[in-house]
Amino acid sequence: MHAIKRSKLATLLLILGAAYCLLPVLWVLIASSKSASELFSTFTLMPSTHLWDNLVDLNGYRDGLYWRWMANTALYAGVGAAASTLISAMAGYALAKFDFPGKSAVFNTILAGVLVPGVILAIPQYLLLAKLGMTNTYWAVLLPSFISPYGIYLARIFAAASVPTEILEATRIDGSGEWRTLGTVVLPMMRTGLVTVFLFQFVAIWNNFMLPYIMLGDDRLYPITVGLSGLLNQGASQPAMYTAVVTGALVSIVPLIALFLTLQRYWQVDLAAGGVKA
Amino acid sequence: MSLTSTAPRKTEAPPAGSPRRRKAKRAGTPYGFLAPAMILFAAFLAAPIFYAAYLSLRKVKVSGLGLGSKSRTEIWAGLDNYTRSLTDPEFLPSVGRVGAYGLIVVPTMLGLALMFALLLDANRTRESIGKFARISIFLPYAVPAVVASLLWGFLYLPRVSPINDIAEALGFAGPNLLSADLTLFAVANIAIWGGTGFNMIVIYTALKAVPTSLYESARIDGASEMAIAWRIKIPIVMPSLVMTFVFSLIATLQVFAEPMTLRPLANTISTTWTPLMKVYRDAFARNDIYAAAATSVIIALATFILSFGFLKLVGRRAFNQED
Repeated sequence: MHAIKRSKLATLLLILGAAYCLLPVLWVLIASSKSASELFSTFTLMPSTHLWDNLVDLNGYRDGLYWRWMANTALYAGVGAAASTLISAMAGYALAKFDFPGKSAVFNTILAGVLVPGVILAIPQYLLLAKLGMTNTYWAVLLPSFISPYGIYLARIFAAASVPTEILEATRIDGSGEWRTLGTVVLPMMRTGLVTVFLFQFVAIWNNFMLPYIMLGDDRLYPITVGLSGLLNQGASQPAMYTAVVTGALVSIVPLIALFLTLQRYWQVDLAAGGVKA
Repeated sequence: MSLTSTAPRKTEAPPAGSPRRRKAKRAGTPYGFLAPAMILFAAFLAAPIFYAAYLSLRKVKVSGLGLGSKSRTEIWAGLDNYTRSLTDPEFLPSVGRVGAYGLIVVPTMLGLALMFALLLDANRTRESIGKFARISIFLPYAVPAVVASLLWGFLYLPRVSPINDIAEALGFAGPNLLSADLTLFAVANIAIWGGTGFNMIVIYTALKAVPTSLYESARIDGASEMAIAWRIKIPIVMPSLVMTFVFSLIATLQVFAEPMTLRPLANTISTTWTPLMKVYRDAFARNDIYAAAATSVIIALATFILSFGFLKLVGRRAFNQED
């Protein structure tokens, strides 16, 4: 195997892997073009001509409820990830660049938080928010997504690597306040790392199912995951719903795939955090 | 959480020439920066954990006929809820199922992720193919578990599955991937599909951070690419492999979205198919939040024991804590 510049085996394995990963995406693209009767009768990978009709049907489902789910998802993921990134950046910067009593206790608590299985928190979070009368509101999904121990952990690494202590000293000698320094010097320096934190949290919220599933009763507040899961449940009694489910699944993955392809260079993830250190 | 009560200091410039005052002023700053994170941590991580632990030790006592609000009171239950959870005839099978699921998912997913990362890093294919493969394999990370389950769920249906079409064309009966024997593999495949690409990127990033000069002398000495992978590359990315393993383990124990989504398509998935589905059923279908809390605590403890036990076994701290 050595001394050959190109390996056929390597090429074959990579192409097989790519094919396996693309198969369901290719299928949903084809299936969205089929009518309800064709979905279960024609050959799986044989496209048809009903994509536009299916989109019109999806659009008409309960006065465009589907688009509301998409808008809700964008709101949950966008606002949740933005708030979480800012909160993580501040905390990570404090942990990386300041010495203060209780620092290691705070940091160790956050590290323990990284290993807490988030989904296990959902039911007690529901019960606590129910006591405050906040379940079945946008806040019930947004607030728990503002805190991300892993985001804080990453932000601490990025702050340690990208914010030189000498620059902080210089701003202090210039008499700049700490909060102003944070906004005008520190956050811009951490920018690249913060995009990664944002993307992580954005995808995590976009993909989340259990938290909104538990918190929300009103289907007008649903994100796309809970909405599609509900549509699929209806399909069991009304098979005509299956085309809406399939078309809805296709439309729902378009924005995230677009986001991935445009922001590829930020996906340099080092969980063990050796490589991002300067 | 008393740290959070320290208010952020004002931001005006300190008087010139008084470094001590400036230093005193700064003392409160880190607490101010940490305050939002610590308040949210307390409210949405710490409080729910303690609340779940508290509820797991409580139960409702019904007096008289159980009518009226006064007749139902909450009392201490000791470990009753835990005994009830552990002896529930549906609990152990669900644990066994998740155990088997984890044994399939974690090694297969990480094995594939490592293989693809090494293949990409070895650079033995045309660049365009490498790039295409990297993007394609990472793509499923952009697909939510619910949507992934939905897509695979349809592909598993004998009436839709291309495998069945091909099998029938050749004159066999195709397999029913949603039958009792195969459901576990069907669910595992969804998790493997969704997770391989992300883990591949993590390992690939770690590989790229290694200076190539490390391999070059080995190459000059005539070491094969295989030997370089085994003896140099894999040991170097070991810390990343350890962390991907721990995160995969945590994700495995809380499997919920995939089987919940597949249920309408597969009648072989019960409402207590995984421990977390049982927690959900107890809390919401049966209104027994005490049993649900006890089961949650058991899952959380099992997760901690497994992840810390594993880290201890490989002799590593969870994260690089030193700068």
